[in-house]
Amino acid sequence: MTTCVHTFKCCGQRIALDVPSGAVHVLSELAFEMLQRIAPPLAPECPASLRYELAKYDSTSVSEAYQELYSLYKDGLLFSEDVEYEMPPSGVVKSMCLHVSHDCNMRCKYCFADAGEYSRGRKLMSLETGKKALDFLFEKSGKIHNLEVDMFGGEPLLNFDVVRELVAYGRQRERELGKKIAFTITTNGALLDDEAIDFINSEFSNVVLSIDGRREVNDRMRTFVDGSGTYDTILPKFKKLVERRGDRDWYVRGTFTRENLDFAADVIALADEGFDQISIEPVVLDESDPLAIRREDLPRIFKEYDRLAREMIRRYRQGRPFNFFHFMIDLDEGPCVYKRCKGCGSGNEYVAVTPDGDIFPCHQFVEFMPMKMGNVHDGSFDTEMQRKFAGQSILTIPECRECWAKYYCGGGCAANNYKYKGAVETPYEINCELERKRVECALAIKAATAEYDEQDA
Amino acid sequence: MKNVKTLNKTNSAKRAVAAGCGECQASCQSACKTSCTVANQKCLRLTKKSENK
Repeated sequence: MTTCVHTFKCCGQRIALDVPSGAVHVLSELAFEMLQRIAPPLAPECPASLRYELAKYDSTSVSEAYQELYSLYKDGLLFSEDVEYEMPPSGVVKSMCLHVSHDCNMRCKYCFADAGEYSRGRKLMSLETGKKALDFLFEKSGKIHNLEVDMFGGEPLLNFDVVRELVAYGRQRERELGKKIAFTITTNGALLDDEAIDFINSEFSNVVLSIDGRREVNDRMRTFVDGSGTYDTILPKFKKLVERRGDRDWYVRGTFTRENLDFAADVIALADEGFDQISIEPVVLDESDPLAIRREDLPRIFKEYDRLAREMIRRYRQGRPFNFFHFMIDLDEGPCVYKRCKGCGSGNEYVAVTPDGDIFPCHQFVEFMPMKMGNVHDGSFDTEMQRKFAGQSILTIPECRECWAKYYCGGGCAANNYKYKGAVETPYEINCELERKRVECALAIKAATAEYDEQDA
Repeated sequence: MKNVKTLNKTNSAKRAVAAGCGECQASCQSACKTSCTVANQKCLRLTKKSENK
């Protein structure tokens, strides 16, 4: 059994995370310093050596702080012991990324999907293939009631008729089978008209709207086929969709590259346009690409996450908060331990299906033919590969076992590991460092907003 | 307490040990598609419980 407490400072907050229990403590300077000097097992009384080491504080204060930490220790909220969880077996597929279009009406410079083609030519999914993919999902979902299908591409609205037909087919089959599909869609917005907006808002439980932030950043990266910028076309369409969306989920989602390491400005630009559900993420590209994030960029990116966190705290206090996807953290109703250990479920619970009906562990594996798992037309499915993915978790990857952020990260992205390190089980350390920084910022925002709420009460 | 304020209202990790029902959302479907995280995911069981309160 191991224990692990991660202490850090961020946005003016002093925080201790007790990793096994998930308890998050905001500390005084004295308690923060004390925590650097103690290790389990803790004695009931404050050790004399501690008073000596912390002699700049008065003895009564040192004793009080020690007793507070000791009380958390006794309650299992500090230096708690990690548990060896037993993971459920594989065999169920419940989520599908449906590549209804391997074609795109944009030419984004960083696109991991190769302008929608995934290195295999332009193609739209037929209705027949889409239906077979949904049948595969229903068949493999076992006793799971809640299923998910993301309409993805390329640009899925290039195949809008098939999207509509597939939603209708899914609705019919879910009624017959007593299941429920949550449809989601990821769109670049170019083809969003009133009809598409109303259909998406009525049928899709989540919609991801691709835009990169500031006009100049967006238009440098996200262009139409003729090279012209897309910002002025998509922004009003996204605003219209969000205005009509009611309380259903949505996100504006962008990508940052080496060319806009000041990406906090892009998040803030989207917030200033009235969007309050925002995700901006590091680009996924081979390290040789000039747009790719490099190790030497990390200090700059960390500063940018800090800047963003401080701005979010400031706006929260001003009564105009917004959500940033990677700073969202739920300390009380978050995922169960199984989910925390297994992460995204790619190749096991989650698969992607291409226009040809080929099955891959997720949308990011589609460009790698050796990772093909089967095809919905001939019914093939590599259960051995599924078992391999199912067997991988933060408990089986040595770097993850030792990482303080493991229960928030879930083991990271297997596709990125494969792409950058050549093996799904080898963590891509740049991603690990980014994730750890984001978790620190998320916890600091929690601490700062809780402090404000307390003062305001 | 003067020196420590615990942010969690409950000990979520302990409470969640019994779960693993598999009904929750796949994390990559929510808004990322490129950088997996689970911290922001909801437990469907717990969410339904609090909605029913």
